[in-house]
Amino acid sequence: MTEGLQGPAPDERPQPSGRRNAQGIRIDPAVAAEPEPRRTVLSALVENEPGVLATISGLVSRRQFNIESLTVGTTTNPETSRVTLVIEEPDPGVRQVEKQLDKVINVISVRELGDDAVRRELVVLNVHGEEPDKVNAVTDMYDGETLDAGPRTITVQITGDEQKVDDAIDAFQQFGIRELARTGQTALARGEEWTTHAEEERYERMQTQS
Amino acid sequence: MSEQQPTHRPDADEPATDAATAEDVAGEDASAEAASPEDGADARPVTTGSESVVRALEGAGVEHLFGVQGGAIMPVYDALYDSAMDHVTMAHEQGAAHAADAYGIVSGDPGVCLATSGPGATNLVTGLADASLDSDPMIALTGQVPSSMVGSDAFQEADTTGITSPVTKANYFAGDADTVGDTVGEAFALADEGRQGPTLVDLPKDVTNGATEQEPTAGRTPETYDPPERADTVAIETAADAIASAERPVILAGGGVIKAEACDKLREFATEYGVPVVTTMPAVGAFPEDSDLAMEMAGMHGTGYANMAITHCDVLFAIGTRFDDRLTGGVETFAPEAEIVHADIDPAEISKNVHADYPLLGDAGTVIDQVHDALDEERDTDMAATGERWEDWRERCLEWKSEYPMDYAAPDDAPLKPQFVVETVDAATADDTIVTTGVGQHQMWAVQYWTYTQPRTWVSSHGLGTMGYGLPSAIGARFAADDDQSVVCFDGDGSFLMTLQELAVAARENLDITVFVLNNEAVGMVRQWQDGFFEGRRMASEYPWVPDFATIAEAFGARGYTIDATDGASEVEDIVSEALGYDGPSVVDAHIDPTENVYPMVPSGGANGEFVLAEEQL
Repeated sequence: MTEGLQGPAPDERPQPSGRRNAQGIRIDPAVAAEPEPRRTVLSALVENEPGVLATISGLVSRRQFNIESLTVGTTTNPETSRVTLVIEEPDPGVRQVEKQLDKVINVISVRELGDDAVRRELVVLNVHGEEPDKVNAVTDMYDGETLDAGPRTITVQITGDEQKVDDAIDAFQQFGIRELARTGQTALARGEEWTTHAEEERYERMQTQS
Repeated sequence: MSEQQPTHRPDADEPATDAATAEDVAGEDASAEAASPEDGADARPVTTGSESVVRALEGAGVEHLFGVQGGAIMPVYDALYDSAMDHVTMAHEQGAAHAADAYGIVSGDPGVCLATSGPGATNLVTGLADASLDSDPMIALTGQVPSSMVGSDAFQEADTTGITSPVTKANYFAGDADTVGDTVGEAFALADEGRQGPTLVDLPKDVTNGATEQEPTAGRTPETYDPPERADTVAIETAADAIASAERPVILAGGGVIKAEACDKLREFATEYGVPVVTTMPAVGAFPEDSDLAMEMAGMHGTGYANMAITHCDVLFAIGTRFDDRLTGGVETFAPEAEIVHADIDPAEISKNVHADYPLLGDAGTVIDQVHDALDEERDTDMAATGERWEDWRERCLEWKSEYPMDYAAPDDAPLKPQFVVETVDAATADDTIVTTGVGQHQMWAVQYWTYTQPRTWVSSHGLGTMGYGLPSAIGARFAADDDQSVVCFDGDGSFLMTLQELAVAARENLDITVFVLNNEAVGMVRQWQDGFFEGRRMASEYPWVPDFATIAEAFGARGYTIDATDGASEVEDIVSEALGYDGPSVVDAHIDPTENVYPMVPSGGANGEFVLAEEQL
């Protein structure tokens, strides 16, 4: 059988000794650490068009990005909404999420917020109401609010960063949590820093107009 | 729903706006008022959303549309009745999508396809996904049930924007008759600008039927869409430094080089500095393969020398490529010792699959110019005789060319070799001949054994690997090609069988296309993998039941020819030349050696430098 082509076989060829890691980064054997996943917040300003949320959630899912939460709400501009995503990815993955989101035509701008960003989420908990005083005490401890109190159940809300909400949920476990609903994180950059560039431009335009 | 639309093909040397053509298309009563893409203000006022859609397409300079009629798209077709644009009725919507895709590849301008709602739209999906992965400019217009019925599971309703969201660059659900023309204009512009890709506008019947006097404005991309043009100056300088200090540089040209019309710039740069050029599959034709510097296609079935060059280079200047896995093999062994300079117009491609040491964001042509200028400046100071410095590296690349030649064995008593068919057709046709293919072994032989010297002459399904792409894409290419340019299609028996109904279109329009079916009575690539990786267990891959393609062709009204596996070289040459000489569609059913396989081959996920040359090396 004369099938195939001529030339030195694979094991007769010189092969380079270099390698890349799974992210396609050339490996320096001295520092061949794989990037660790980290949890971070991305904020995207998007146009209020039908299907934007579906597009974003579809994108996250089909590219297998590891997402912890996604929130969406309107802004001062009736034409835009802010989407806040909490993701857990190694650094190249974070960059990919950011860039893939930015490619969506209805996404106006995207940014990863720094560790100092102001982040909040809200949880509404429905617990058994047999011990109202104790429930009130825990609610106060977490600066929460009682939304509804009946003979058998008490509903409270707690807001805070992710850690505080986690802790509060732990604390309410003693009463027996019937149901809870968490919003996921929403966030803004701290201080005078703008969360997304596009809003800064719009704010300045409106200032000059008035 | 199938009242026959008039189908016409204006002569290519007569613009679609030509009065005679317009009269011909529009019938007796509308000739004086026919649309004119050039002078936006038309005598024929817009009265409906459909007319606005048609006006937007005319305004964008569209000459040909590929589509299939159907209930929800009928208002748009009704408006087309009065347009000078040429509608090509295809046999199947998938064919319409591939034809539009190929039209976009050959012409550089977005191809247009139309389909009705529901099955019409879902039949476009394969073509959209194909165009999406290959960044081909294309716009799809789909009919939709009336807005008030959306969500009710109406007859022929499908969630078209939902279904196509992952396979389009952007898609739109047209909201009202007043804005629908502008939406189509925006979708067209978006398909064309920046990184090209398919867009879709879903057109509910109440919107297309809706009354409006709104003339569409010139199509524009959204304000927020701002693709990069020039790369950052400092980034260019550091990247140029890296290239200048390379010992073994290689240029990896991707499809973006063709999309950006940057082939001349690539050639000037590579030739002036003497840098070997490897291409990806979509970039075949970007760099003339008859040049000493051409290492041709790299990757799974790339040439041995291209894969050796990539494996051993120390700087890889990659332009407009997304580092597909069929190119890279396993990333851990891809160009393992190279610093990578990656130029791309899409920031998301930078460091997506392979880390870019020197990212350059911009248009391929602009970036090549910038790097070229930066190197010129360095050469003037301290990089004297760079070209000579790389002489040894070029010698080594040339040695690989002779060490791993693309010479297949063809003993006298062996059945017809597919490579010989490809070479014979190449020899019998002009350099500017357009080659389209299906997907499989024949596609690889068509890329390996044909010498491509010009951009936009290689039309194939690269990223999605869509079997059945060959014939409809040949039809689309035919409409985009110059009149004196030949269009040939290499197909496999399995691939051809998937879309051969489009022969009816080729025959009806008397399109000069020659299809060469490299018939091995198998889905050969699968059969090759079964033999190599599945212990020869040939499950569902052997097709001894394929029909007689020459007879099929004749039944459709095309010419049919058969080459037997035992035919000698001169018989093959005679039939090839007769088929090519026929001014109309023809099919050559070439029965090839069914045992022939595609080599070199980098097994999936393997190292490019460890390509095998025969099955026993697997």
